Amino acid sequence: MSRITLENLTKRFKETTVLDGINLEVPEGTTLVLFGSSGAGKTVLLRCIAGAIEPDNGRILIGGSDFTDVPPEERGIGMAFQNFALFPHMSAFDNIATPLTARTLEKSAIQKAVDGVSRLLKIEHVLSHKPKALSNGQKQRTALARALVSEPKVLLLDDPLRNVDAKLRFEMRLELPRLLADRGATVIYVTQDYKEAMALGDRIAVLEAGRITQIGTPEDIYRRPANIDIAKLFGDPTINLLDVIPQRDASGVFATLSDQRIPLDDGYTEFVGEDCVLGLRPEALSFAESSKAVPVTVEAETPFNEKTVTLVTTLRKREILLSRPAGTPAPSSGSARMAIDPRGAILFDRASGNRIDPKSTASAEEAAA
Amino acid sequence: MEHQSTLERWLRGIALSLVVLFFMFPIFWILLMSLQTNETILRSPPSMVFTPTLNNYAAIIAGRLDSNVATMSIEFMRNLMNSFILSAASVAVSLLLGVPAAYAFARHKFRGSEDIAFTLLSFRFAPPLLVLLPLTLYFQELGLANTYFGLIWVYQLICLPLILWIVRGYFEDISPDIEHAYRIAGHGWFATFRKIALPLAGPGIAAAGLLAFIFAWNNFVFALVLASADKQPVTVGALAFVTASGIQYGQIAAAIVLSITPTLALALWAQRYLVEGLSLGAVKG
Repeated sequence: MSRITLENLTKRFKETTVLDGINLEVPEGTTLVLFGSSGAGKTVLLRCIAGAIEPDNGRILIGGSDFTDVPPEERGIGMAFQNFALFPHMSAFDNIATPLTARTLEKSAIQKAVDGVSRLLKIEHVLSHKPKALSNGQKQRTALARALVSEPKVLLLDDPLRNVDAKLRFEMRLELPRLLADRGATVIYVTQDYKEAMALGDRIAVLEAGRITQIGTPEDIYRRPANIDIAKLFGDPTINLLDVIPQRDASGVFATLSDQRIPLDDGYTEFVGEDCVLGLRPEALSFAESSKAVPVTVEAETPFNEKTVTLVTTLRKREILLSRPAGTPAPSSGSARMAIDPRGAILFDRASGNRIDPKSTASAEEAAA
Repeated sequence: MEHQSTLERWLRGIALSLVVLFFMFPIFWILLMSLQTNETILRSPPSMVFTPTLNNYAAIIAGRLDSNVATMSIEFMRNLMNSFILSAASVAVSLLLGVPAAYAFARHKFRGSEDIAFTLLSFRFAPPLLVLLPLTLYFQELGLANTYFGLIWVYQLICLPLILWIVRGYFEDISPDIEHAYRIAGHGWFATFRKIALPLAGPGIAAAGLLAFIFAWNNFVFALVLASADKQPVTVGALAFVTASGIQYGQIAAAIVLSITPTLALALWAQRYLVEGLSLGAVKG
């Protein structure tokens, strides 16, 4: 029983409200990624759950029982800190063993558990070193080993890959999901890296200015972001955002770009004539020869390993990023035409920034009548 | 450091030598004086050439002050012992009280904590003479005058604020995450204080303790007023060297050498920990 439930969790520091009524449910054995930019309150939320910070309001339930006033040492949680928080005066072995010494296990049992987890994380050769003598990657693994060694039912990981180099981050991004799944623990994982969030989370909760603005599967958040800010946070290159005013004629609802029609779902009838923002994922765009495609000018091309990103401008000099698999033929300069996959188009309300969902045709007709 | 030119190295060496000479010369001169008789000390012009004698030390340790007219007994060794008892006990009490208090001030910001901390510091601003008169009267009434206990109590005015403020800074420098990590691992707050906060602030505590010891050792005015002969520390005891028949420079010098030796030795011993403390700070991140 290790389901985590947060009810109306609120924390203020002096005048600033850092957490503003957080409600969250993490089912047992699943991984929730807490995603948000710096200062959104991710770390504070994690510390409230760990008991390092006392919330002003609200309740924290683990496995159904109230843990709000339980001191941190009695919560039975494993936690890895972003800055590692290793004990500088202890060897890596003693660092990892701290959760076990608290439970007064026998020496041999401690030795066995530490050996096991350090073999798993490939740090068995540096166990006698002090943290000062460890590389960043080794420090990060030591911190992770310390969180894992007592096999806690709840694991809190605060951006553990933030301070390690790109290669190791990539490796760990592949290893961690398996590691976490093997443990069967309920995990809350904090990160600011959208790729990490998509790779590790069963579900992602987006935290903005102390509020959770969207919870969903990685697919959900990417395809159907709740607002413009979330759309911009997920995806590389970032989503193209174009100010549009939907129009309607006999053939349906559409927006225009460089005098060409971009067909929209008929469910958007209600928003005809309203100020909207059209979000186009770079990979929903492609070069095409069709006369219905949007005329553009190719400005610059950036090749990556697996994809090529092209910057193009429309007739009215609006900049658009277009992403295609590497190696596919495309014009590298001058005029071209661009096709848009309507499934990759997302419409937002310009005033509020929130995503607009197309009403099903039936309800749209009702609204019209 | 490797890119220094020879000239730079020379200039640096000369500058360092000048500083060392400036600060060490008085101590060196006193050391020389302590090995001479009054006659050789007072000859003009002074000379570095003399036959060294240990008579001054012998007189001090035996407790006999020989002047050219008479012999009087002094209790310098007893004073030295008093200094040691008073300073060591004061620092011990201050550490016992001050370190937990410093931890509380550093980690638990409560209403008025800043005011209390500052009030404690302000004890060091007040001129000692201001509190001495009422203190003397109270002490006489309470029977604390001329007791070790009373003196150690008053010495807290010197030691406690010093230790409190220095150690507090060291506690504040420890990342709270390190302590949180230990508690989340399942250890209580007291174990965290003992196993994490204390060792990490260790160098700071050593530095503060050393400084407090030196301040207590050098204190003059509290002991002058509140202690009589058998409880007086060296600072007060040294007054005995000014006699009606003249000033025994050689013996004063020997006494000074003897009285700075303990603090000097302590400082040299504690230096190891102080340097270690500086390098420990580089572990973060």
